[in-house]
Amino acid sequence: MNLLWLQSAGCGGCTMSLLCAEDPNVLDLLDSAGIRLLWHPALSQETGAEVRALLERIEAGEVALDILCVEGAVLRGPNGTGRFQMLAGTGRSNLDWVQSLAEKAGHVVAVGSCAAFGGVSSAGDNLTDAVGLQYEGKHAGGVLSSDFRGRSGLPVVNVAGCPTHPGWVTETLLMLAAGTLGPEGLDALSRPLFFTETLAHHACPKNEFYEYKASAMKLSQQGCLMEHLGCVGTQAAADCNIRTWNGEGSCTRAGYPCINCTAPEFEEPRHAFTETPKFAGIPVGLPTDMPKAWFMALASLSKAATPPRISANATADRILVPPRPKAPKS
Amino acid sequence: MTDTPRRLLVGPFNRVEGDLEIRLEVEDGRVRAAFANSPLFRGFERMLLGKDPRDAMTITPRICGICSISQSAAAAGALAALTGASPAPQGALAAAILHGVENLADHVTHFNLFFMPDFARPAYAGRDWHETAVDRFTAAQGSAVREAVEARAKLFHIVGLLGGKWPHTLAFQPAGVTRAPTERDRQRIRMSLAGFRRYLERVVFGAPVEAFAELATRDALMAWTAGDAGLFLRIAHDLELGKLGRGPGRYLSYGAYPLAEGRAMKPGIWADGQHRPLDTAAITEDLTHAWMLGKSAHPARGVTDPDVEMAEPAYSWCKAPRLGGRTMEVGALARAVVDGHPLALELGASGGGVLARIAGRLLEIARTQILLERWADALRPGEPFMADTPPIRDGAGEGLVEAARGALGHWIRVEGGRIAGYQIVAPTTWNFSPRDANGTPGPLEAALEGVKVAPGEDTPIAVQHVVRSFDPCMVCTVH
Repeated sequence: MNLLWLQSAGCGGCTMSLLCAEDPNVLDLLDSAGIRLLWHPALSQETGAEVRALLERIEAGEVALDILCVEGAVLRGPNGTGRFQMLAGTGRSNLDWVQSLAEKAGHVVAVGSCAAFGGVSSAGDNLTDAVGLQYEGKHAGGVLSSDFRGRSGLPVVNVAGCPTHPGWVTETLLMLAAGTLGPEGLDALSRPLFFTETLAHHACPKNEFYEYKASAMKLSQQGCLMEHLGCVGTQAAADCNIRTWNGEGSCTRAGYPCINCTAPEFEEPRHAFTETPKFAGIPVGLPTDMPKAWFMALASLSKAATPPRISANATADRILVPPRPKAPKS
Repeated sequence: MTDTPRRLLVGPFNRVEGDLEIRLEVEDGRVRAAFANSPLFRGFERMLLGKDPRDAMTITPRICGICSISQSAAAAGALAALTGASPAPQGALAAAILHGVENLADHVTHFNLFFMPDFARPAYAGRDWHETAVDRFTAAQGSAVREAVEARAKLFHIVGLLGGKWPHTLAFQPAGVTRAPTERDRQRIRMSLAGFRRYLERVVFGAPVEAFAELATRDALMAWTAGDAGLFLRIAHDLELGKLGRGPGRYLSYGAYPLAEGRAMKPGIWADGQHRPLDTAAITEDLTHAWMLGKSAHPARGVTDPDVEMAEPAYSWCKAPRLGGRTMEVGALARAVVDGHPLALELGASGGGVLARIAGRLLEIARTQILLERWADALRPGEPFMADTPPIRDGAGEGLVEAARGALGHWIRVEGGRIAGYQIVAPTTWNFSPRDANGTPGPLEAALEGVKVAPGEDTPIAVQHVVRSFDPCMVCTVH
């Protein structure tokens, strides 16, 4: 299979993250999967006229395009012209190229939340009219219509994340190359289920603090970040704490909140990212599928039952009180 | 031989971070004039308006996927200046480690993935080094490319451990970092650095990093034959890369790595043959050739108002920063010149060029490895890594750091508790700026003048060497 990668309106961070793939590294992995790079903006030799010739041949149907990966949002502005991003050397907007090449592709993969939903590139007043490939925020339909399907029958596969985890991208590509990613393997937002069927909350090392609502009061403290510091890991579809990043990392492991970066419109939470919005002192964003009354009842019970060890550690920047084995019965 | 004057449009320009288009006017086999266009506008400075100032810590790293930590560090610096926060000394040290890892990784990525693959091109077939270059540096395939990707991924374990992930960490805060490392973490960091040292000494330098860091003269540099650095120097000698792509010979550095005891590399400028202190009040961003409305201004007062008509004479979304009205080159070479390293001074004094920029980066790889090891040794897990954070208040703040590619500044203004102004001047904004009101070309544009273009070349190879020697980061440039 061959693969063309375009960088649209984004930061390039999903490519940089992809290069952090390990065991095997991304280049070995692509080789082993039989995926040949037609062109990648950060990796390939071809520049300028060589690339223009390749793109024209794909457009003309002379080179079959199996997988089109797009990284970054697509800018429709100003005034629908797409001229906030012209594809260098071609005199055509990136908008025009993406729409044209998608028609030729077996699979279209949106790499990162910008390409999937608009993401950070569409933040604020969205001056550039940035959208995702097949979504505008939460709404179906982007620069490709909601009924768009690649030649192989799949909608745009949204490997969301800001950035995406290298494993999410490589494993999606492996499944596409193997022909084992079907519609049943995608969630309601067209994200591969293999990484969205769990929550960022799962395997978070702060889980014991969460159980007792033993909360960090400020960044750098070890307690749960949900009550005060904006963490939405209990609502975020991702496996960050199960697979971890760059070795053994994750956002909550490093002491800062999950901002649900795999979700559409995460870039505009309507409150400061590191502060939990509250109504009458109670956090507004509770876990997705838990009845509110039950949550409140359990939270107040567990808060009252918090062991001193957990209370002390929650507001410290390191373990002050380790768990102690029970004394032997005499 | 006399050519008819012709125009070349070079793009898409890859193996640079982000979007770049170069327009060339070619006459008599040489570039007569060059115009650098940054063809992507995302509008980060506008996105931030009206937001809670703390949100800059989440939004600004996402300007750039390759200098993400640099953006975090600049935003943290601007917010610290605004609020009067003073980072915990150990927090500043942990931040320097995170930032140093990113800069080191970026240099290695640039050398192996972006710059060297051009020497594997068929255009150089027959040169006595070409077969080695093909074996080592063929894009996405060469053995050196794969070794670099592996080593880099392992080095980033330090960011995974201290910063959660790379890119786009939120571990940076105005008063320190969000995670206090333990002694066990410190040992892991030391081992990641030891592994990277082995990679550098086996592959890149073929000798102890100290030996390369201590090179003091151009002659000593050119006598270096070991490792891929030696291969590059052999190629540079053969292709006379020392004369190619000279810059303005004026360098600016904000000074890298703010620590409690001061910056690890000195801030300042080097111009007209001497070191001088830096006065950031003398910075302006000229808009005459940018698709931007408004007047030239200091970034503390600047606005970002894109001209949707994209009217001439503008030809880029990039503003044109000038210091006291003059262009300045920024980057690893500039940092080392301003810091007073003898080799960098000798290379930089004559205007730098392709060889000087790459050598400056190799030099910094060696020096950064040594700094990182020293900093890991100085981590004190028992101490605080975050100081008290004063509340957000109205006012202004300037955050100045050194990204891999050079001087990065953030200027924030807060009114009524919300962001009322946010301006960013990135390294490649300096290096790849368009012309200013006087018609003076930006550093890259000037460096391209006179570069040879062979008959029939539509994407001139020498132009590519010059462009990539700056290691441009175009996503940062316009932001």
